[in-house]
Amino acid sequence: MHSNSSSPKASWALKAAALGTLLFLHVPMWIIFLYTFTPDERTFTFPLPGFTTKWFGIAFQREDLWRALSLSFKVAAIATLAALVLGTLAAAAVYRSKFFGREAISFLLVLPIALPGIVTGIALRTAIGGLDIPFSFWTIVIGHATFCVVVVYNNVLARFRRMHGSQIEASMDLGANSFQTFRYVVLPNLATALLAGGMLAFALSFDEVIVTTFTAGQQSTLPIWIFSQLSRPRDRPVTNVVATFVILLTFLPIFFAQKLSAQSSDTEGESK
Amino acid sequence: MTNPSTPAIRFDQVSRYFGEVKAVDHVDLEIRDGEFFSMLGPSGSGKTTCLRMIAGFDKPTSGHIHLYGQDVSNLPPYERDVNTVFQDYALFPHMNVGDNIAYGLMIRKVPKSERTKRVNEMLELVKLSGYAGRKPSQLSGGQRQRVALARALINHPKVLLLDEPLGALDLKLRQQMQVELKSIQKRVGITFIFVTHDQEEALTMSDRIAVFNEGKIEQVGTPAEIYERPASTFVAGFVGTSNLIVGELAKRITGSDQTFSVRPEKIHLRAVGDKIDGNMISVDGVVRDVVYLGLYTRYLVQIDEGNDLVVIEQNLKTTSMDVLSVRGQKVRLQWHKDHISRVGG
Repeated sequence: MHSNSSSPKASWALKAAALGTLLFLHVPMWIIFLYTFTPDERTFTFPLPGFTTKWFGIAFQREDLWRALSLSFKVAAIATLAALVLGTLAAAAVYRSKFFGREAISFLLVLPIALPGIVTGIALRTAIGGLDIPFSFWTIVIGHATFCVVVVYNNVLARFRRMHGSQIEASMDLGANSFQTFRYVVLPNLATALLAGGMLAFALSFDEVIVTTFTAGQQSTLPIWIFSQLSRPRDRPVTNVVATFVILLTFLPIFFAQKLSAQSSDTEGESK
Repeated sequence: MTNPSTPAIRFDQVSRYFGEVKAVDHVDLEIRDGEFFSMLGPSGSGKTTCLRMIAGFDKPTSGHIHLYGQDVSNLPPYERDVNTVFQDYALFPHMNVGDNIAYGLMIRKVPKSERTKRVNEMLELVKLSGYAGRKPSQLSGGQRQRVALARALINHPKVLLLDEPLGALDLKLRQQMQVELKSIQKRVGITFIFVTHDQEEALTMSDRIAVFNEGKIEQVGTPAEIYERPASTFVAGFVGTSNLIVGELAKRITGSDQTFSVRPEKIHLRAVGDKIDGNMISVDGVVRDVVYLGLYTRYLVQIDEGNDLVVIEQNLKTTSMDVLSVRGQKVRLQWHKDHISRVGG
């Protein structure tokens, strides 16, 4: 036992462990970032043999990259939008009304996020194939919506449960009908939960690989494009540029989602 | 104006069942225009359900509720000219105090300039002038309470419902708010319906009180009627402290074995052998316990038959030494014939 374990300051061992964990998580990302500037496309030599920004230019001119990026963006945006509507409605139903099988439905709603992506993917592929629906942009959106809905649902339900007592009744009591009550009381209460849930959903969708593999037709989203690039070592720095870009793009929404959640001292995922 | 003889609220055989539970069971009730009316009862007695049915949050299983003659039983809350002060205040946390108070006016699309004017009037009424820009989270419990009151009153409702609004406040603040609520009610002249489980609160503020028990109304009357003439053993026991005298002892004292009640402060402690006035009832007993409480002393006197009566006497001349020395002595209890209440069952 450490003699100073009772003091409020963390011991050096704990600090070292924390630092080690952070490095373990982040060093690989720095490597990616670093090697976006290498002039040598094949190997990861250190120190860098030189410094160049030409890969940014090359990446910028790649038609297929832009197509993948815009597809990913569209899919994430639409899946998030659908999740916001469906997740909020589901949370409202589960929170506001009591009906037979409510707990079961709540459980089934949350299940897709716990299921391995491969299971969701194969299930969707079988179902979509069985129904003779052509694989397309929309099948990707549907696949992503399965887990995006959960994130929004959890956030919104947690907020509903923390919402102060009789506000909805108070609003109706003061003359507001259901629509006005939703507009002026419920929505402002949910706003930060929706924003946090939406950003998280967007980030999840944006880098999803497994479900996408099973639900996409000929299209490739950004993660799939990157995946396919791995077999082309010459373009490795281009992939690094894209990866850096994705890190930034994912980092920002997660960062703000966390901030918003902390601000309203809300629990992120689990409401149970 | 409405006809003054039309009751503000009329319950016509109103029932509300939750499955097997009869929360409210065939209640008839009339609440007069402009009165401060309290619904008093223990939790689960149906008083809050009655309030919620007046507000429109709940609908009667059967029967009708009339608001100034209009049947409102099936109208949604936003179509009733009734406003509520909630137990937890239910202020909107994302709006400041001014916007909270103006909410009803905003919904009814009252122009901004008039809204501001009326909000300021209301803030003055509840003594919160200058607080319009604060958020509810920056207010104390007592201040939130006032905001909730202002938010309801600004709409000039026909009836204001108050659901145990003072429950969360500490004693001093509660007593202060009781006085203030009463004076506000007099000033605005709106019918107030006040739900509480605190009998003292009900007695302090109300013009009339309805005592609820198990979904039914036991008694409706002025505070004095409820206190001095309880209509049932429940009312006698729930409102204040009461001595219930049953069976043989009742027969010996009054000549009838019907149960009666007598309030502890109405009983006088006398020496045995004191002369008996013709208008007084008199029984002898032994002082079993004495509790000195400063302002008054509470005696527990055992009557010969094994009944205990609580007697309260003010310590006008006595000291704690005097009163405590009475313990174990034989005494004579006397009270005026008019001070007994025969209670039903």
